[in-house]
Amino acid sequence: MQAFTAILNELDHVVNHPSEAVRKFKKETGREVIGCLPIYVPEEIIYAGHMLPVGIWGGQTNIVKSGAYLPGFACSIMRGIMEFAVQGTYNDLSAVICPVHCDTLKCIGENWKVAVPNVPCIGLVYPQNRKSETGIAFLTAEFQQIRSQLESLTGRPIADEDIENAIIIYNEHRKTMREFSKIARDFPVTVSPKVRHRVMKSAFFMDKAKHTMLVKALISELRSLPAEEWTGSKIVLTGIIAEPDSFLDLFTDYGIAVVGDDLAHESRQYRTDVPQDGNPLERLARRWADLEGCSLAYDPAKKRGQMIIDTVKENGADGVIVTMMKFCEPEEFDYPILKKEFEKAGVPHLYIELEQQADSVEQLRTRLQGFTEMLYRR
Amino acid sequence: MVNQKLNSKQLLQQLLDDHYAGALAAKDRGELIAWSTSIAPQEFCEAMGIYTVYPENHAAAIGAKKGSESLIELSESHGYSADICSYARVNMGYLELQESVAGQIPLPDLLICCNNICNTVIKWYENIARELNIPLIMFDMPFNYNYGVAKHNVEYIKGQFQDAIKKLEEITGRSFDYDRLREVMEISSQSAIWWKKAMGLAQAVPSPMNGFDIFNYMALIVCMRGKKETVELFKLVAQEHEEKIKAGLGPWKDRPEEFRIMWDGIACWTALGNTYKFLKSQGINMVGSTYPDSWSIIYDSNDIDGMARAYSSNFVNRNIDFRVDNICQIVHDFKVDGIIYHCNRSCKPQDFCQYEVQRQVEDRTGIPSVMFDGDQTDPRAFSQAQFENRVQALCEMMKAKKQSSRNGSE
Repeated sequence: MQAFTAILNELDHVVNHPSEAVRKFKKETGREVIGCLPIYVPEEIIYAGHMLPVGIWGGQTNIVKSGAYLPGFACSIMRGIMEFAVQGTYNDLSAVICPVHCDTLKCIGENWKVAVPNVPCIGLVYPQNRKSETGIAFLTAEFQQIRSQLESLTGRPIADEDIENAIIIYNEHRKTMREFSKIARDFPVTVSPKVRHRVMKSAFFMDKAKHTMLVKALISELRSLPAEEWTGSKIVLTGIIAEPDSFLDLFTDYGIAVVGDDLAHESRQYRTDVPQDGNPLERLARRWADLEGCSLAYDPAKKRGQMIIDTVKENGADGVIVTMMKFCEPEEFDYPILKKEFEKAGVPHLYIELEQQADSVEQLRTRLQGFTEMLYRR
Repeated sequence: MVNQKLNSKQLLQQLLDDHYAGALAAKDRGELIAWSTSIAPQEFCEAMGIYTVYPENHAAAIGAKKGSESLIELSESHGYSADICSYARVNMGYLELQESVAGQIPLPDLLICCNNICNTVIKWYENIARELNIPLIMFDMPFNYNYGVAKHNVEYIKGQFQDAIKKLEEITGRSFDYDRLREVMEISSQSAIWWKKAMGLAQAVPSPMNGFDIFNYMALIVCMRGKKETVELFKLVAQEHEEKIKAGLGPWKDRPEEFRIMWDGIACWTALGNTYKFLKSQGINMVGSTYPDSWSIIYDSNDIDGMARAYSSNFVNRNIDFRVDNICQIVHDFKVDGIIYHCNRSCKPQDFCQYEVQRQVEDRTGIPSVMFDGDQTDPRAFSQAQFENRVQALCEMMKAKKQSSRNGSE
């Protein structure tokens, strides 16, 4: 258990001090750190160029200067990102990559170019017709541009072979994260909702090979222990992100365990591996084609609802908590369909609107309490 | 047939009435009906003879006739957030009720979605496809984060054109008529050319056109771009404008045009009359907007590359540098004194670059501008008092600027 705690402390430290992780990498290697805006940036290309990809998902801060770029009804992750950007928090990055999944991300990339000229912003479009061969060819061309721009930024070529190796490391990491999510179900006390979130989030600021090693160590520690009894409720989270931390603390207060998630910030990243066939960039593009159940990946069949219901069943969950990132249109459009499907399938759900910069989550207390009481009565 | 005795506004109304009645009749005959986003490549359905109606146009008409709020509330009661685009909320409400103050549109058998206007429409149309279990043809126009349209974007869009043709053949069970496509492409390009020309005549001082008329004429360039009657209508509009210019006539009979402004964004349909009346009371005529260019989908009839590029080049599908250049050009061409920016709660791709666009345009042109908060069809997000305050502030700035330039030239 000592080893377990030591690893958690290390992950905790990284999550709380991402800037330190960035500076440490630069100091030790002399190489570049590249920021990756949400979501699905092909980190393998960055990694193959011997750089450190880090996730940029906003965070808690006071919105002051970003008000010059975004009105109050922009999603709080994006307002947070813009605020940190303007304040200079990202100045240690050599570039950022901005995938324009939604209308807000399109504008973030545009404002970034003006507001943070010292940190270049590399655009990236994911095709909607992602399964057709023309869509895959388009995305492969976009990835080739990313590769070329990173090459000219560093002056170092990025070899196919290095991308192949990076894919192996990333697929191994994805597999490990899926394993962690699975075993965490059996340890709802030790792996509290906040701890689970920490383990997931820490991946954004670490070399993935190292993160895999640490998470594997966590898993083997857990395997040596007996499964924990749980008399509380078990839920699956869906949404973009489950922050701020104080929100997850409420879960512990009301005996709610997270036994699975469909969060963009967490398991959506790890569900789909890079497939085997083709040249490395095409393989990365085919991962986008294979991916399902994400509000940002075009799907007229809208399979997401059934996927979440399956997750509920597979993990013995009692219900779903929808953490709606306020002003996130892609997620807000999915919700009425999800609602209908949850109701039809008899899966109880709680809809909660979150803002990343929320001062207080106290008003959510009564809603979580009411939801758990309802679950117990069932 | 076009009746030459009608003036352009009467003809417009007749064509629109025929359009909506024709769609309902086609549905009754058991023909396929498509719903489409406003700047989608309509050429393919038109070539296949598939009746196409436009929910955005319908939602705007519902808004203008003050019927949007109840439909919005209905969709919100099913979980649609008050933060999403109000056209979508109006339309999802309509989908359930199938009744509105602006008449009926037949329910669709297939959907045509093009995200050159926003990514919101992707989610909106996904939901319709799912609710009605009907096919959706998605025209994906990648956002141009660089200034121009990249070569691989054009290839991707062309590939989608081919996929769409294949899908339409499957859906209709008929083979695609390429000769008819060439004809439709020719007509559509002509419509766009005459649309731009007719609206461009507002460059004259005074403008022959009451600027808010563009919000009426727009309906036709949205709904009937591929039809000959549309070319005829915009020729007639151009003719009327030219006659007025020759006669030295301005936009209004009862007062002169004192200030010429550009309007950035969609109209507040629910307050169309009130916003118009207040502007007119201040002598303000809207002469410029990004609308003339939005439907300038112009290409040669045998040029599929050009068509792909044209559909991808829409204002909101472009980066900030293009948007600023475009507005500065409008300010110059239409001799604009000031700009009103509508921070339209529904339109995120427009709003979230608007602050920066406003700064850069002001830096470059030196003309004053104001911004007001509103919404295209949700009346709850608009305040007439705030609108009037901002417009009065703009008037003061425009007056001061005219005064100082007069002083300077004396």
